[in-house]
Amino acid sequence: MDTTLGLYNYWIVIFLMMVGFYVVIAQGNLIKKVVGLNIFQTSVFILYITMGKVSGGAAPILDDSVTAYSNPLPHVLILTAIVVGVATTALALALIVRIKEEYGSVEEDEIHDQDNSL
Amino acid sequence: MLAVTALSVVFMRDLFAIVMLFGIYSLLSAGFFVTMEAVDVALTEAAVGAGVTTVLMLGTLAMTVRKEKARVKPSSLLPLAVVTITGLVLIYGTLDMPYMGDPDAPVHQHVAPRYIEQSYEEVGMPNIVTSVLASYRGFDTLGEVVVIFTAGLGVLTLLGVSGDRRHEKRPAVMEHHLVLKVITKALIPLILLYALYIQFHGDYGPGGGFQAGVIFGAAIILYTIIFGLTKGEQVITPLFLRYMMGAGVLIYGGTGVLSLLLGGNFLDYDVLAHDALHGQHYGILAVEFGVGVTVTAVMISIFFNFTGRSTLSKDEE
Repeated sequence: MDTTLGLYNYWIVIFLMMVGFYVVIAQGNLIKKVVGLNIFQTSVFILYITMGKVSGGAAPILDDSVTAYSNPLPHVLILTAIVVGVATTALALALIVRIKEEYGSVEEDEIHDQDNSL
Repeated sequence: MLAVTALSVVFMRDLFAIVMLFGIYSLLSAGFFVTMEAVDVALTEAAVGAGVTTVLMLGTLAMTVRKEKARVKPSSLLPLAVVTITGLVLIYGTLDMPYMGDPDAPVHQHVAPRYIEQSYEEVGMPNIVTSVLASYRGFDTLGEVVVIFTAGLGVLTLLGVSGDRRHEKRPAVMEHHLVLKVITKALIPLILLYALYIQFHGDYGPGGGFQAGVIFGAAIILYTIIFGLTKGEQVITPLFLRYMMGAGVLIYGGTGVLSLLLGGNFLDYDVLAHDALHGQHYGILAVEFGVGVTVTAVMISIFFNFTGRSTLSKDEE
């Protein structure tokens, strides 16, 4: 029982990560792939934040009445990672828009076919 | 909850629904971060994931296709097998992990105790996340701001619209929704005020340049959605945005150079004032301001470029 509860978060992380991974490798639609990558990314965020959690700890803002804090370091890393994530996602979406303009499609196999038929 | 939402993403074909689900997924994970006591992270995720990312994805959909093509898949067995095996191996790996919330876990033994115990004497800020972000790990954050700046440049290069076509009059899609317009007008000052609060109160509560930048950007994006791109570009011109993008990085880097000139190390704020704590305070304020400016500018200009592009491609059709 302890094992299940203690590791439950990690299992969710792995599940989400694998869902994202599956979308990236098995789906042909480029927009869906970006969503998959984002799911994968969020699962990594959750992994870090889970590691930073201390039972009974408070949010890492100093206060005299608090004795235990959760670990601030993962929070810093993930906070910046999220904003960098949206910037790179925007870049990926911009690339997709250009691909659509050039090929008229956002399906991977159709783009491959067009490349091969040249 | 998260798992169910993620799964439904896999089985949906309607890309519009997928994007909406992804917004819900982000909001759920923001809630999760709050329960994990990561308030700064939750604030960022709620603003970024549920707000800006969703809007950008919708913008892409407007320019591409709404439905995924139904087609015969070659075989999804191989990817499924790969995923299952990787997942099992990873789960086997977690069996050695320390349990969640264990205060004796290795992650809590190094570095973090020092931040928690001494950051108040060394930096003088109640919010440890802010002190670590802007002071102890100032180099990382500078690097991340540059990454955001580069991504913004990339989007400009890929989707940038040439000058003469920009000035065409484009009517707002939601011109006639009076209720929306009135409510937006009432909301935007509040959103902007809230963004400023988050920007400058980041030392004491959750918040800082990254979150404030995103929220500030979201306010302008909301304005543009309701009142149209032409009006939005009158509020902040694209040229000004480009200067802002560069200026934010310059403010950040300039603070570092200033501390060099005053005889300290790069980004060592102790020397910025007579008292080390005050120096830290000024330094962090300046750096967070730089971050906020760049993030705001990048978010808005990415959005402007997406919408500008989509109205253009509609014209051509």
